[in-house]
Amino acid sequence: MSTTTATPQARMMRARKFSHAWLLITVLVIVALSAVRVITGVHEIDSTGTLRAAAIATCPILMAALGGLWSERAGVVNIGLEGQMILGTWGAAYFTYYYDPWIGVLGAALMGALGGLLHAVATVTFGVDHIVSGVAINIIGLGAAEFLAEAYFKNLEGGGVKQLTGLASPTEMTIPGVSDAAADIATQHWFVVSDLAAVVAALTSRLSLLTVLVPVLVVASAWILWRTAFGLRLRSCGENPAAAESLGVHVYRHKYIAVIVSGAMAGIGGGYLALVASSGFTTGQTGGRGFIGLAAMIFGNWRPGGIVGGSLMFGYTDSLTLRSTDAVHALLLLVGIGLAVYALWRLRQGRVASAGVLGAISVGFFAWFLLTDSVPREFTGMTPYVATLLVLAFAAQRLRMPAADGLRYRRGESI
Amino acid sequence: MSIVRRFGMGLLAPLTAVAAAMLITSIVISLSGSSAIEFWEIIFSRPADRVFVNIVNQTSLIYLAGLAAAIGFRMNLFNIGVEGQYTLASYAAASLAGAALFPGLLNVFMSLLLAVAVGAAWAGIAGVLKVTRGVSEVISTIMLNAIAITLVGYLLNRYGVKVGNGVRTEVIPDGSRVDGWFPFAEPDGPVWALGLLAVLGGIGFWVLLNKTRFGFDLRATGASQSAAVASGVNVNKMVVYSMLMSGGIAGLIWMPSLFGAAYSYGTTFQAFLGFTGIAVALLGRNQPVGILVGAVLFAFLNEQSNRLTLETDISANVVQITQGVIVLAVVVAYEVVRRYRTKLEQRSVTETLEADKTAKGKAVSA
Repeated sequence: MSTTTATPQARMMRARKFSHAWLLITVLVIVALSAVRVITGVHEIDSTGTLRAAAIATCPILMAALGGLWSERAGVVNIGLEGQMILGTWGAAYFTYYYDPWIGVLGAALMGALGGLLHAVATVTFGVDHIVSGVAINIIGLGAAEFLAEAYFKNLEGGGVKQLTGLASPTEMTIPGVSDAAADIATQHWFVVSDLAAVVAALTSRLSLLTVLVPVLVVASAWILWRTAFGLRLRSCGENPAAAESLGVHVYRHKYIAVIVSGAMAGIGGGYLALVASSGFTTGQTGGRGFIGLAAMIFGNWRPGGIVGGSLMFGYTDSLTLRSTDAVHALLLLVGIGLAVYALWRLRQGRVASAGVLGAISVGFFAWFLLTDSVPREFTGMTPYVATLLVLAFAAQRLRMPAADGLRYRRGESI
Repeated sequence: MSIVRRFGMGLLAPLTAVAAAMLITSIVISLSGSSAIEFWEIIFSRPADRVFVNIVNQTSLIYLAGLAAAIGFRMNLFNIGVEGQYTLASYAAASLAGAALFPGLLNVFMSLLLAVAVGAAWAGIAGVLKVTRGVSEVISTIMLNAIAITLVGYLLNRYGVKVGNGVRTEVIPDGSRVDGWFPFAEPDGPVWALGLLAVLGGIGFWVLLNKTRFGFDLRATGASQSAAVASGVNVNKMVVYSMLMSGGIAGLIWMPSLFGAAYSYGTTFQAFLGFTGIAVALLGRNQPVGILVGAVLFAFLNEQSNRLTLETDISANVVQITQGVIVLAVVVAYEVVRRYRTKLEQRSVTETLEADKTAKGKAVSA
């Protein structure tokens, strides 16, 4: 099946095969997780509480990654996601204090969008290097949020120079009956069944509506970018802007929209941190999640499905760090199994050398699991970064970023 | 274009940028209900002796950070990882110096060597990943930053000495401390002796780039990779070498402070210098003198702003906005000036052609 004969039918087939692959991977992950849980007896690794924490940790990273997707699909690298996220935390706090949490979310989006607008002016209108502008926006965002916090929150109730606590949260919902029943089954510790029940319980009890909004935004973005004429034009600006321009696409306008939306998404991610993940605004709250979002996006190969996977990995390990150290230890076994499966798959592809290396690393993890009782907390925190580096090292050739990503584009100039 | 005019054009961009940053800062302060005039009065007041010493010391740290970032930038390598490189290197050097395996100044020398080696090695990972596996250095250095900072946190908790609420490495013995000179009274503090590393670094950077073959290759690769390849430059080798050098210098960033004031790695460690260095390198257009101007400016703003907290209701963080805006405004201004210059050149070329044509026309009709 070569790409030159991609009839609509062939594309459908491939899309179906692709979604089947994702389904298979999800099932495999759940079964492996369950097996590890039963073998080690560490039920914390996917208890309702852990999964809830993981979902909350995933959302801000996912929003940042989604922001990155919008911008980079239009050919603008957005290192400034971190700064835009920080602006979002402040916006959410300010507007929630004076109005209500949903206005707060809009405020977060607005502040993030302002950061995006700044990036768009610098990179699109003035043709400044994207990384340079992004670095500057991170400095400005950090400084602005700290300055604004001191200027506006100092004398408020629950406020201080560096914080504003006691903010109202977006509505939380619990589906009565289902939530308790699922939580009950989850505590039975049955193989696979309890794991699925824990997922259901985590998603039906005290679920913030903002958490629901995040996947909605992901699906909506995917649909807009890949299923509408506007999305096609936007992506064409990231692949070959000169060709797009020659076909009548207003490249500057599309880039502007993409980067502003990108900032707004990152801003909402920041707002999520202030309103759902914690009970208020503090400076330095983002803790580099904008950068992690960027990594999750690259990890996810600039595709919506991929960025969800990447964000989940980062979010899960992030949440696990704060919980039990036993769970972290059990995770070693999971990583070992995962690597072993990957090695077998490589072997089937005939990549013997790569399979050998992966197999050896996997054996190392098994040994680590068997020979020790606990893992230092910090090592879990490191996992996602090391994993990203490894994935990039092993699969960088398979990643494909938009062809004109990060390049300067001037209308009417050839370079 | 005359030299005076060209020089004027070169200054135009940074001056416009500083003016824009001042304007925006003033607006932000005014909007928040404070007095912008009060702010500038404090910033532009004569620094106290103690503050003056601090500015000099901070300049040396920021300048080293700027140089570290600039080496990569000159080759279009975005070493965002200066932060992680100097964090890890500082911890390693502080541990070695604290262990006092060597006597006196030899201890200092070996620690500096270790700092350079660790910084270079950490940056080298990104370089090797780039040339062998095609991993973008931007993303790998971001990952390596996070890993380095977590790793140091772990090592410090595991092997550090607990003091009160904090943890630190062993204190450097008296014989291996390098304080410096006291330009004012003793309580105003010393100008750190190892700040000389920044001077040496600056001179070395200039010589390396402008007087060596390596520097020529580096600049050539930065200007046009394909042209460099065509003239026989091994780009892969250049990428790894310049990452190693960038990381090596990054390893030195905190050394003046370690041996001059902190004496151990702990709560006294000054984080975020790596990112400041990136901003300063961009501000100074990756030129040794430009970076120096940027470093002085940033150190000056940082130190002068400390007075704001005590004397006004303006947050000292506002200078971060000023700094960020300067960086952004400078690059925008350079771009605008560049476009204006191109337009001027085009116009002068057209004028010359027109003049030629009319002259020829006259000659023919005559």
